[in-house]
Amino acid sequence: MDRLMGGLDQGIFRTQGAGVFPLVNLTEDKEHFYLRAELPGIQASDVDISATAKTITISGERRIPAEEETARYHRREREAGRFSRVINMPDAVNPAQIEAQCKDGVLTITIPKAEEAKPRQISIKTS
Amino acid sequence: MKEPTKALQAKDKEQVATPVEQTKPGLTFTPAVDIFETEKGLTLVADMPGVKAPNLSIDLHENILSLMGEVTPPEGPEEMDLYREYQTGRYVREFTVGELIDRRKIEAELKDGVLHLTLPKVEAATPRKIEVKAG
Repeated sequence: MDRLMGGLDQGIFRTQGAGVFPLVNLTEDKEHFYLRAELPGIQASDVDISATAKTITISGERRIPAEEETARYHRREREAGRFSRVINMPDAVNPAQIEAQCKDGVLTITIPKAEEAKPRQISIKTS
Repeated sequence: MKEPTKALQAKDKEQVATPVEQTKPGLTFTPAVDIFETEKGLTLVADMPGVKAPNLSIDLHENILSLMGEVTPPEGPEEMDLYREYQTGRYVREFTVGELIDRRKIEAELKDGVLHLTLPKVEAATPRKIEVKAG
């Protein structure tokens, strides 16, 4: 049981529903992993991204500028604050060539897979 | 001195329990909004990440203000899901506006997935200070 839980802890399941801001989606194609998060109102300069061969860290702060003092609020649902989150990659990545962009409030981080993590085509010999 | 800022908590996107069924398939979410009033008018700020300006419609009919933003999934055709903590779909929300709004002066700006909508009150509705004379 311990071994099973340990496996879960290190695997890709760890971040699933972790409840840490920001919520992320991770996808992959042959060459890259793509990590996306919804960060409305945040510009690229407000986010810090750091990476190792196995983890990506996203941190920053969401600021909501204060309105004039005479403003009376009817609703206030948007929240400001800082955030920091570590995401474990399911496989080795190449941290030197990570690219990130913020567009329409969605952060997309493009992470190239390390050479050894890329799928290899295996040819089948016919005799 | 800088005040310590609080840490943001992750919240699941709120799905709309629609009174009217949508004609298009797909998920529908409620955007988080701030609404405040000043002497000049109402301002609505809504978080709609992933919405581009051409896909956003804002409508003020009678006194119902409706917002609808379509989101095209950002994933490329070759991408496969590894894990998914949030879903994407359209944002829909409606409000009843109590104030008299000057429709010609409504302004909307969408930037970085945040909509700023200014709804100025008509002149007659801006409050005037009424002086009370002492008899």
